[in-house]
Amino acid sequence: MLRKPFIAGAIAVFALSHAQFASAETLRLLTWGSYAPDNVVKMFEEKYPDITVEVTFSNNEEMVAKLRATGGAGFDLAQPSHDRIYAAQLEYDIYKPMDLSQIDMSNMEDSLLEGVKANTTIEGEVYSVPHQWGTSGLMADKSKAPDFASWDDLCDPMYKGKTSMRLKRTILLGTAFAMGEDPFAAYSDLDKYQSILDKVADKLIACKENIKAYWKGGDDLSAMMLSGEIVASETWDSTAYKLFGENENIVFIPPSTGAIAWIDTFTLPRKGKADDAAYKWINFVLQPEIVELMSASTGAMAAVKGAKDLLPADKKAAVNAAFSDEDIANLKFFANIPPGVEDMEGKTLEKIKAATGG
Amino acid sequence: MMVSDGKKLGLFLLFTPFALWIGLLIILPHVGMFILSLKEKVAPRVYEYGLDNYINFIQEPIYWNTLLRTGVMSLLVTVLTLLIGFPVAYYIAKIAGKRSKGALFLLCLIPLWVSDLIRAFGWILLLRETGVVSKSLQSVGLIDTPIEFLYNDATVVMGLIYTVVLFMIVPLVSTLDGMDNEMIEAGYNLGGSRLTVLRRIIVPYAMPGIVAGCIVVFMLTAGSYLTPILLGGKNSSWFTEQIYDQFITRYNWESGAAFGFVLLTFTSFVVWAGLRLSGQTLSSTVAKS
Amino acid sequence: MNTSEFDLQCENLTKHFASVRAVDGVSFDIPAGTFFSILGPSGCGKTTLMRMIAGFESPNSGDIKIKGKSVLDTPPNKRNVKMVFQHLALFPMMNVYENIAYGLRCNGASKSVIKTKVADVLERVALPDVAKREIHQLSGGQKQRIAIARCMALDPDVLLLDEPLGALDLKLREAMKIELKLLQHQFNTTFVYITHDQSEALVMSDHVAVMNEGKFEQIGTPQELYHEPVSAFVAGFVGDANRWSGTVSAVHDGRVQFTTAQGLTLNGINKGDAHAASDTVSAFVRPEFIKLSDANLTNTNTTAGNNNEGHNSISGRIDSLLFNGANSRLLVRVDSNELIEADVTLTGGLNDPKAGENVTLVWPHEQTMCF
Repeated sequence: MLRKPFIAGAIAVFALSHAQFASAETLRLLTWGSYAPDNVVKMFEEKYPDITVEVTFSNNEEMVAKLRATGGAGFDLAQPSHDRIYAAQLEYDIYKPMDLSQIDMSNMEDSLLEGVKANTTIEGEVYSVPHQWGTSGLMADKSKAPDFASWDDLCDPMYKGKTSMRLKRTILLGTAFAMGEDPFAAYSDLDKYQSILDKVADKLIACKENIKAYWKGGDDLSAMMLSGEIVASETWDSTAYKLFGENENIVFIPPSTGAIAWIDTFTLPRKGKADDAAYKWINFVLQPEIVELMSASTGAMAAVKGAKDLLPADKKAAVNAAFSDEDIANLKFFANIPPGVEDMEGKTLEKIKAATGG
Repeated sequence: MMVSDGKKLGLFLLFTPFALWIGLLIILPHVGMFILSLKEKVAPRVYEYGLDNYINFIQEPIYWNTLLRTGVMSLLVTVLTLLIGFPVAYYIAKIAGKRSKGALFLLCLIPLWVSDLIRAFGWILLLRETGVVSKSLQSVGLIDTPIEFLYNDATVVMGLIYTVVLFMIVPLVSTLDGMDNEMIEAGYNLGGSRLTVLRRIIVPYAMPGIVAGCIVVFMLTAGSYLTPILLGGKNSSWFTEQIYDQFITRYNWESGAAFGFVLLTFTSFVVWAGLRLSGQTLSSTVAKS
Repeated sequence: MNTSEFDLQCENLTKHFASVRAVDGVSFDIPAGTFFSILGPSGCGKTTLMRMIAGFESPNSGDIKIKGKSVLDTPPNKRNVKMVFQHLALFPMMNVYENIAYGLRCNGASKSVIKTKVADVLERVALPDVAKREIHQLSGGQKQRIAIARCMALDPDVLLLDEPLGALDLKLREAMKIELKLLQHQFNTTFVYITHDQSEALVMSDHVAVMNEGKFEQIGTPQELYHEPVSAFVAGFVGDANRWSGTVSAVHDGRVQFTTAQGLTLNGINKGDAHAASDTVSAFVRPEFIKLSDANLTNTNTTAGNNNEGHNSISGRIDSLLFNGANSRLLVRVDSNELIEADVTLTGGLNDPKAGENVTLVWPHEQTMCF
C-alpha cells in the first residue's frame, strides 16, 4: 500500500537516520546524480582527512521536499537550481544566507554569479552561488529529421508518433516562447500568465496525438532515441551530449526561440552543521582541475571562466556542434518562480495529462 | 503471583512491537497527515484550518476522474487477477502432487524476488517497439512493421496483474487446501455438472479466500505507483501519481495529504461495498486466510 | 438371466495403480433391497472398489452394472449411485434444506417438487424440523442422517456408505448401527457399506464380502462367515478366535491332528484344502466354544478322557479374568505356556472361576477350524 503516508514517512525516516550520523567531520551533500563523482570525493577527503563526505542524490523537487520535512536539517550543502531558492525560502524557511567572504569568487563567470545573486537575494542577504549550468532544448537525429529547429516541430505531423517530451514545466515554457509569448515576463502578472498557460495547454493537448510517449528520465529517453523509436525530442543538453558520443547524428538543438537555461547552485540548508566543510567543498570543486573532472561526469558546464575549455573533448565537440555564440546570447534563464505559479503550472500539466488525445 | 506477573510481562513484551508498529508507523503518521490535510495555505508561512483541500478535490473533475479511473482499472485488475489466479491456485491446492506443490508455490514467488522497478524495466525491454516481442513477431513474419506494445492501459493492467497475482494465489491456495476433496466428489455424486460443482460448491467454499485475495490485490493495485507510471501511456494517469505530484512537484503537502485521505476513504469504501455485495465480513475472510 | 433382480453387479473388476493391484478380479451381484457390506483391513482395496462404483475411478478391466446396465461410460454425476462419504461431506456453506435440495436442483426438479421431497425425506429420517439449521448446528448423529437423507432424496438405485461411522464416538456408533439398518429397511434401497470394523458388518448386513489384498475372500451371510469361514484370513478377521499354527501329525476321516510349535497337540476338522501329514496348518477356535471341564467345577476324580470323547482337553491356570458382564472372558495359561481365551458366564456366585485357579479347558474337535 504505497500511499502518501509512505512517502512522508520515508522522508522523515530518511532525514532522521541521516541526522543521527552527523558530526563535525561529516559533510552531508544533497545534490544531483553525477554531481559528486567518486574520484572528486576521494581527492577531497585526501586533502581534508578530517572530513567525510556523504552524498544523497536527488532532484530539485525532492531536495526542497526533503529540506521542508526537516525544516532544513539533515544536510550541510544542497544544490537546487537558481529558480528554486527564492520562493522556497520565503515559503518554508529552509536555507541560510551565505558568507561570501568564505568563497573564492575570483574564478567565477561574472554574469552567472551576478545572475544567481540577483535571483537569490532576500532582505539583502545572498543565499546561493552558481556551480554548473546547462540548458533544456531539443535534440534530433539529423539523418531522419534534418530541419528540426523549434519547440513547435515536436507537434509537426511530419514526425507523427516519432517525438517525445517530458510533461513538466519546461515544455510549458518552451511552447509559450514558441508561441511568441514571454512567460517569464508574465510572472509579474499572473492573470496574463494563466491566459498564456491556457493557450499552451490547448496546443499541447492537440499535440498529444503526435507524441509517442512522455519520457520520465534520461534513461528511457536515451533508449527511445538510440533505438530509433523516436527521431526528435525535448531534452536536457547533457543527455543529448551523451547520445552524441554514441551516435553523431543525434545532436542538441537550441530551439530558435532560445534554449532554456538553468544554473545549479550551492546553497546552505538552514540547520546545516558543517558550514566550514561546505565552503571547503565549494572552493575545492571550483578549481579548474576539479571542474574538468566534474564536467566529465555531469556533462554540464561549470560557472567558471573558460568553462567550455575545461570540458572533455567529446563533450566539447558536442557543445560546439550544438551552440553558436548567437545561441548562447539567446539563452533564456529560468526566472524565479513566484508563489502560486507552481500550482498554476501543475494544474495545466494535469489537464494535459488527463485530456484524451492520440 | 510470580507466575502471573511473569505471564503479564511476557504478554506485554509480545504486544509491544505490534503496538509500536501500529502506533508509530501507522496511526501517528495518519493523524499528522489528517491534520496537514485540513490546513489551507493563505500566504507564505501562514495557514488556516479548513476543508479547502477537500473542496478543491471535489471541484476539479481532473482529480476525481483520475480517482475513478484508478478505481475502475484496479477493479478490472482485481477481476482479471482472480480469473487467472483461481485456476492456478486450484491446480496447486487440489491437482498437483504433494511434492510439486512446494515447487509451484516457489515459482509463483519468483516475481517477488525482483524489485518493482526491475520488473517494470523487464516489461519495457520485452514490449517496446524495438523490443523482444515486436522483433520476434517480425522475424517469424507475423507482422511487417514494428508494433508498440508499451504505453497503453492494457500494458499497465498486464504489468499490475503480474505484480499482484501472488497475493491472490496465496489466500486461495490456503482456503482450497482446507477443502476436503470429498466435498467436490459429493458435488459430482449428487448429480452436479462441472459448472454446477464450481459455481455452487467450490466457489462458495473458497469465498473467504477469494474476498481476502481481492481486497489485498485491490488495495495494492490502487496504491501502486511505479508500474502505472513506467508502463503507462500519455493518457494513463494514476491517482498515486497525482498524490506524488502534489507532494513533490507542487510543494503542496496540504493538498497531497487530502488526496491521500481521499484515496484511503475511496478504497475503504470499495472494499466495504465488495464485502456487502459478497455477503462476507472482514473477520470471515482476511482474518481467516 | 433376469438381471433386474440385481441392483449392482461387478464382473471381474480390476484396477491397478502403477504396479499395485488395488482391486484384482472382483465379481459379485447384489440383489435388490439388501444391506451389503464390504469388509476388509485398510489398504485392501475396498475404497478403490467403491470409488469405481461411484465413477471416480475407472477400472482397467471388468464391468459394473447397475440395474443390469453397464455404467462404465456414465460419468459420476449421471450414475444413480449416491454416496455417503467418510466425513459426510455436507456442504458447510449451505443449510440443511439447501444441502438436500442441491441434488434435486441438479436434476432440474421444480421448486415445489424440491420442497415436498425435502420435507418428505426429512420426515423419514425423523428430523422434520432441522431444514433451516446450519450444518455446524447439528449433532454428529443428525449430520449422519442428513447425509443419508441428502442421497435418499434422489431415489438412488444403490447407496454407497464409506465407513461413515468411523468418526463417531462408541455410544453413538452403536446407536447408529441399529439406525442405519432400520433406515435401510424403511427406504428399501440397496446399501453397500464399506468398513474395516467386523462388528459393524456383522450386525447390519444381509451379506458381507470379506476383502483382502484386492480380492474377495468370501461372500456370505454374517453367520456363514462366522461359522463357516473358507480361509484362514476370514476366520481370523471375522470375529474373535484363538489361533495356532502347527504341523499335521495325523489325518483320518476329515479330522486333523496337529502339534503346535510349543508342543500342544490338538484335534480339528478341515475347513479349507485337504491336509496330509507334516503339512503346516492354521487352526482357529472361537472363545465361546471353549468350556471349563465339569471335572474342574465338581472337583471329582472322573478321568477327563472318558467325559471328553471327541473333545480337545487342556489343563492350565487362570492368568487373568476380563470381566464384562455377560461377555466376560478368561485368559488361561496352559501347561505349554500359551494363552488361551475362553468365554465364561459369570454369575457372581462362589463357583465363579478366579485368577490363579487350575482349570481344564475342553471344546469339541468340530470347533477347531483348520486351514
